[in-house]
Amino acid sequence: MDHSIYRSHVLICTGTGCVSSGAKNIKVKLEDELARFSLNKEIKIIETGCHGFCEKGPIMIVYPEGVFYCQLEEEDVVTIVEEHLLKGRIVDGLLYKEPLTEESIPAYQDIDFYKKQERIVLENCGKVNPESIGEYIGLGGYEAAGKALTTMTPLEVIETVKQSGLRGRGGGGFLTGLKWQFTHTAKGDKKYVICNADEGDPGAFMDRSILEGDPHRVIEGMIIAAYAIGADEGYVYVRAEYPLAISRLEKAIEDAEELELLGQDLFGSGFNFKLNIKKGAGAFVCGEETALMASIEGKRGMPRPRPPYPSVKGLWGKPTNINNVETYANVPFVIKEGAAAFAAIGTADSKGTKVFALTGKINNTGLVEVPMGITLREIIFDIGGGLTDGKEFKAVQIGGPSGGCITEENLDLPIDYDSLKSIGAMMGSGGMVVMDEKTCMVDVARFFLNFTQNESCGKCTPCREGTKRMLEILNRICEGEAREGDLELLEALAHHIKDTALCGLGQTAPNPVLSTLEYFREEYEAHINEQKCPAGVCNALASSYQIDQAVCVGCGMCVKVCPVDAISGKPKESYDIDAELCISCGACADKCPVDAISQG
Amino acid sequence: MSKITLTIDEQKIQVEEGMTVLEAAREVGIEIPTLCYHPDLALHGACRVCVVENLANNGLIASCVAPVEEGMEISTRSSRARRARSRNVILLLANHPNDCLGCDRNGTCELQNIAYSLGIRHETVEELAGEKRDLPLDNTGPALKRDPNKCILCGRCVRVCEEVQGVSALQFSKRGFDSIVTTAFDLPQSEINCANCGQCATVCPVGAITEISDIEQVWTALEDEEKHVVVQTAPAIQATIGEEFGLEPGTIVTGKLVAALRKLGFDRVFSTEFSADLTIMEEGYEFLDKIQQGKRLPHITSCCPGWVKFAEHNYADLLELVSTAKSPQQMFSTLSKTYYAEKSKLDPKNIFTVAIMPCTAKKFEKEREELRDSGYQDTDAVLTTRELARMIKEIGLNFNDLADEEFDELMGKSSGAATIFGTTGGVTEAALRTVKEKLTGEPLERLNLGLRGIKETVIEIGDLTINVAVASGLANAAKLLEEVRAGKSKYHFIEVMACPHGCVGGGGQPLPVDNEKKDMRAEGLGSIDQRKYVRKSHENPMIEKLYKEYLGDPLGGKSHHLLHTSYQKRDKN
Repeated sequence: MDHSIYRSHVLICTGTGCVSSGAKNIKVKLEDELARFSLNKEIKIIETGCHGFCEKGPIMIVYPEGVFYCQLEEEDVVTIVEEHLLKGRIVDGLLYKEPLTEESIPAYQDIDFYKKQERIVLENCGKVNPESIGEYIGLGGYEAAGKALTTMTPLEVIETVKQSGLRGRGGGGFLTGLKWQFTHTAKGDKKYVICNADEGDPGAFMDRSILEGDPHRVIEGMIIAAYAIGADEGYVYVRAEYPLAISRLEKAIEDAEELELLGQDLFGSGFNFKLNIKKGAGAFVCGEETALMASIEGKRGMPRPRPPYPSVKGLWGKPTNINNVETYANVPFVIKEGAAAFAAIGTADSKGTKVFALTGKINNTGLVEVPMGITLREIIFDIGGGLTDGKEFKAVQIGGPSGGCITEENLDLPIDYDSLKSIGAMMGSGGMVVMDEKTCMVDVARFFLNFTQNESCGKCTPCREGTKRMLEILNRICEGEAREGDLELLEALAHHIKDTALCGLGQTAPNPVLSTLEYFREEYEAHINEQKCPAGVCNALASSYQIDQAVCVGCGMCVKVCPVDAISGKPKESYDIDAELCISCGACADKCPVDAISQG
Repeated sequence: MSKITLTIDEQKIQVEEGMTVLEAAREVGIEIPTLCYHPDLALHGACRVCVVENLANNGLIASCVAPVEEGMEISTRSSRARRARSRNVILLLANHPNDCLGCDRNGTCELQNIAYSLGIRHETVEELAGEKRDLPLDNTGPALKRDPNKCILCGRCVRVCEEVQGVSALQFSKRGFDSIVTTAFDLPQSEINCANCGQCATVCPVGAITEISDIEQVWTALEDEEKHVVVQTAPAIQATIGEEFGLEPGTIVTGKLVAALRKLGFDRVFSTEFSADLTIMEEGYEFLDKIQQGKRLPHITSCCPGWVKFAEHNYADLLELVSTAKSPQQMFSTLSKTYYAEKSKLDPKNIFTVAIMPCTAKKFEKEREELRDSGYQDTDAVLTTRELARMIKEIGLNFNDLADEEFDELMGKSSGAATIFGTTGGVTEAALRTVKEKLTGEPLERLNLGLRGIKETVIEIGDLTINVAVASGLANAAKLLEEVRAGKSKYHFIEVMACPHGCVGGGGQPLPVDNEKKDMRAEGLGSIDQRKYVRKSHENPMIEKLYKEYLGDPLGGKSHHLLHTSYQKRDKN
């Protein structure tokens, strides 16, 4: 371990988001620059997990000042080294700027995106080197496991988790302590704990970021759970599309084993725990617990009916506790700080925080952790910085393909498990897709249904056949070919599938349709009755574009982008669109510098 | 087990804890339609055709998998339950060819029956009309064909192949609407590790897996004046074909079967039981020889072609233990074109041999290159029990009213030992009757081994102690074979039948079927053995005649040439 003392630590986010925006090159450049000025003995570079503010990647934080630089290019590194690290002058041009005031904000905790967050699960993400067990321990890591294993009985651990009010973060929201109690009570010569890291909702990356940013927290949570229920073996089921999460988890397990935090006789308590990684092949349905277990057993990932529940008959027929990544990541805090400290955060029935992945038409996309009970308005407008290009808010889809959409009228609802359910949405695992006025809700429903139909395991009739028929109806609606009675049939099928599908995937697959039907029925009706897509998204229904001759400056930009050569005219005079040829893609309108093009 | 009290359709009932709602309902005479459910297979809960409403919490539940719970108020008749059941059937029909007239299962199709009883009409299905699966038929055969477009993905074939047979030739593949049941790597049926046992076809509720029919070939032969058509019927047929004509399983209809075959125009109507007796002679002597010469044991039977192919794929290293005696079907066919041809002064090239079998694997067996010892393909056509019934129905025979007739004599006489070939344990008992008597002069007591799973017994023959094991169902066979492979088997004699219960449960038998029906069939067949005058193979006078006038001795040169065969290693995929 490196015990040298540095005058400055430079943290570079190497979560998947920042890596894809170029963080690795930034790091190489920084190494070169530090070497050029012989600063490499004075300044240490630390690769961290995700800071959450993926929109602004690559991200760098310079300590001890805690200055937050974002959207860095390679040449910016030269400036930072020469100015900040060499001369101590903060580089104003590379700081985060408030979108409204244009004010530069040096310290990241002062940025609105972070100000309203409350970080338990993500406490270390972006702060520690996830590949260093020493850093995790240095910040109090594994103290909770030590406390549980050496000073508490399994039943005391379960009682504490129950008291804390922690509920499963994977979607269902079942009381974690109660689930542990069931598995603890179940008879079995062998028991398992499983961590569900098969995150597959479009636009969700909470679990990935936690595993990439702070893998030891999840391992610690699993050790405590295993101790509580009496399991000596565990699996982390993580999708193979998360190579960075897997490699960091592998490293973390290896390091924990070396320090005897995994293996035999942990903390001298006589308790043994072995942790394995099982890579999933990326089937969405494997996030369903019974399908997930089938997959670990080497079988096709297909759900089976419950009961029996995994707590009684789980992996290889043994009592098994399954929680998701975020749930386990909450456990060390609950044990270390106590049930009351955790229960002090949140609402009456939903305690603690929730991590959301903010995506869609929002300025600050990224990962946020907020206390339960916060309003969507705060998340979207205060933390998320509002919608891009100043567009109007239309809805937010929460809970992914199993969830529903929430409209303006519910933006001030304090969100928790139960309030979301009451308005036809669900907490889900935490994906949050923000949509603006230019979003067609029928198209959104179609997108999600297409996803669930493609990902259906094909086992039960309603999900396999029913979602296909629903999708066909939605396709007809979007293509202007709806038949008489299609809307009623769509609704009837949706309820039917919800009522009779075998597993959670099928039962919740119609939710996006049901919820858009509830809040945007008129949009469906416009498609069917008026052959019109109000948002102008559905190509088949969109009317062709026209050029306002009075405004057109004859720049010819539109001609260049038209994919079907529907635009003709003379440069520096004016242009015209042939309505017969126009496919209403809108490329010309987007490009026009003088807003001369609009839909007729 | 404690009792659970619940209400089903306003009837308050008490049932054992652990029972499903479906079982509880059936206990009080309430029928709920099912498709993916099969009493002999693991619970699956996929088709959702058995949904009922629990009025206590307004939930719809799949009754086949839902355990009974205290205080449940089940309605199988509420409008929600009825609508949901219908809709799931309609969803299946919307992706089904619905060409019932062109389907082998027209009349025995469970989907058709349910659609009929739920009052589903074409128009309601049309409302949901959209894309339908359009996949190629696999009729590469030679025993079974699969039509994936008819498949309703109930998974019964997948389960029987995995749970009962341990073969797993079929599995679910792909996702969503594209989901199908298919072979590994979508290989054609003819190229896979499939025993052709046809258990998949017996559990398939629709016409997605059926036998490849030889009916047309047989009609052509019967109508060809040059052809002399000889038919043999396997022992199990007489106890099962009655079901096709509304009789109870296990009803013995030997005389009517013979009469029907004559009416269909077969020139000679013989019994495979004749050659079953012959098999016992050859195999019994082979076993005796192995004991006396101290050759490697156990001795494993070879009369089941499903088992033989399974062994060739999975236990090629143990093939030397498998009896070289041909199956009764093949011994019979070889002799039809040699012994019978000679006796009847017929040119074997004009003899067409038809075997009525309870079995689909026999269709594969007849195609084997090595089974041409008569100089021609020994067996020309194999008809399953179901196919024969179709032919009988086609010519409008009133089967149940036919006057009993006798098999033709030369190759139609048999012992009770031959009859019980049709059930699991039968071959063992038949062989040991002969072996024991040949060695000690004492008769063998009835073994009564039972019909399910793996059975074992110890038989004292003089100072010899013979450990015997009998397995039906290939998964059971595999357990015994693994022991042999590991050198831990204590057995000297192992009988294997691929199908559970043996041939009475064969892949070509009447549908629908479950273990209870198979029990009844086996019982019926056993009753014939007890009634027969000749009960030991070596006492069959026509067998004595055959050896005396044609073959010479068991295991002799001519016997060896005509009645024994060899096996080959096959790929495991």
